[in-house]
Amino acid sequence: MRYIREFRNGQAAAALAGKLAQEVDPRRSYHLMEFCGGHTHAIFRHGVQDLLPENVELVHGPGCPVCVLAIPRLDLAVELAERDDVILASYGDMLRVPASRKRSLVKARSRGSDVRVVTSATEAVRIAQENPENNVVFFAIGFETTTPPTALAILEASRLGLRNFTVYCNHVLTPSAIQSILDSPEVRSLGSVKVDGFIGPSHVSTVIGSRPYEYFAREYQKPVVISGFEPLDVLLSIRMLVDQLNSGRATVENQFLRGVTREGNLKAQRLVAEVFELRAEFEWRGLGNVPYSGLKIKDAYAAFDAERRFGLVARPVPENKACQCPAIIRGAKKPMDCKIFGTVCTPSNPIGSCMVSSEGACAAYYKYRHHRGLAEQPVSEKICRSPA
Amino acid sequence: MCLAVPAQVVELLPDEIALVDTGGIRSHISVALLDDVQPGDYVIVHVGHAINKLDVEEAEKTLALFAELAEAIGESPDAVYPRVS
Repeated sequence: MRYIREFRNGQAAAALAGKLAQEVDPRRSYHLMEFCGGHTHAIFRHGVQDLLPENVELVHGPGCPVCVLAIPRLDLAVELAERDDVILASYGDMLRVPASRKRSLVKARSRGSDVRVVTSATEAVRIAQENPENNVVFFAIGFETTTPPTALAILEASRLGLRNFTVYCNHVLTPSAIQSILDSPEVRSLGSVKVDGFIGPSHVSTVIGSRPYEYFAREYQKPVVISGFEPLDVLLSIRMLVDQLNSGRATVENQFLRGVTREGNLKAQRLVAEVFELRAEFEWRGLGNVPYSGLKIKDAYAAFDAERRFGLVARPVPENKACQCPAIIRGAKKPMDCKIFGTVCTPSNPIGSCMVSSEGACAAYYKYRHHRGLAEQPVSEKICRSPA
Repeated sequence: MCLAVPAQVVELLPDEIALVDTGGIRSHISVALLDDVQPGDYVIVHVGHAINKLDVEEAEKTLALFAELAEAIGESPDAVYPRVS
C-alpha cells in the first residue's frame, strides 16, 4: 500500500538503528513512553525493540480507549444492551471486554440482546433509520481521532430529526491522560515509573495538532515527538527524542509531518466543540478520576444523550484482585509482572481489558513476545504458563 | 482504535462521500471533516472518515531521508543485522 510499505524498509531501519547505537550516551538510560496502544503494537509487531540499544527502554502508556474504560461505564453499556427496546451499536473492540460479574457485550448478545458491530458512527445512524420502533444507542469510545465522527453522527441524526438515536458518550482526551501520568505519584515522587520523554500519537494529532503538547514540554521539561505508526517512523522518532535528551532540550517535534500540523484539523475541532463539552471529571481505569479528561454531550443536543434518555448512573465495582491492568495502563507494571498473564488470562479468555484490545499491552506481549518468553523459562514454568 | 490508514481519493460522490482506494481495495468513506478534497488527494482514514489530508510532499521528503540512510550503509550483512548493543 502506498505510504505504508515504504515506511517498513528493513535496510533503512538497520541504518537508523546503527545511528541510534552510536548516538546514545552509554552513561545514561532513556525511558520513553509511547502513549498510544497502536504504537505498542507496531513496536512489537515489527520488532522495533530488538533494534534499540539496551539503555533505551519503552514504557507503554494508557492510549488504549478500550483498556481505559472504567468497568462501571462498561456495565452501563451491558445493561443498555440487555433492555428489550434497545439496539446497541458498538465498535468491535468493545464486545469481548469483561464487565463486572463476568458479563460482556458478546455474552449479552448470545443471550438474545441486540448488539451490533459497526465500523463507523454513521452506520449506527443508518440502523436507527431502519429500525424506527427501537432505540438505537451508539456506544461511543475513543480519543480525539474517533470523536469527530461521533459529532458528525449526532449532527446527522439531528438534521434527520431521529428520535430513536442516542449516543452513550465515553470520549476521552489525550493531553489530560498525559498530564495525569506526569502528575502521578509513581512518576513525581516515588520514581517507580521513569518517563524521560514521550512518543506522541500521530493520528490523534492530525485532529488536535501538535500545539496541545507544548505545555508538557515546557512545564514538565519532557520532550515530545509526534510519531507515525510505521516502524521507520517510530525509529526516527526515538532518535529525535534521544537527540533532544542528549542536548538537554525539551520541545515538541513533529516526525509525522505528512499528516500533522501545529493547528490540526480545525473543521473537525469546530464540529466537536459544537456537540461536546468537557466533563468536570471522568473515571479512567488505572488512572482514577481525572479532571477535565472526558467529553459529554452539550445541552443543545441532550435529546441524543443516552445517559440522559435512560437515566444512567455508574455504580462502583471492585476490580478483579489478580488483574494488573490498572498498573499496566499507568506504565507502573509490565504484562509479565501479572500473575495471571498467559495462564488464566489469555486472548481467548481475557480477564482484563489489556488482553482484549488490539491496542492493549498484554495482547501485544501475548501475541508477539509470549512464546519467546516461554523458550527462556525453565520447563516447570513453561508447563504452568502454557495457554489453555 | 486510533489507527488510521492512507487512501487515495478516486471519486467524489454526493453527501460528502468519496470513493477511495487503499492498496487496491475500494471503499466509500465520509469526507465531511475536510474542506476541499479533490480526486487524486491522499487522505488519512479512520472509522470510515477522512480525518486529514496526507501531505504527499512531506511524505516524499521523509522517504528520501530514509532512502539516503539506507543507501549509506549499503548491503553489508552487518548493516542489515546491526550489532546494536
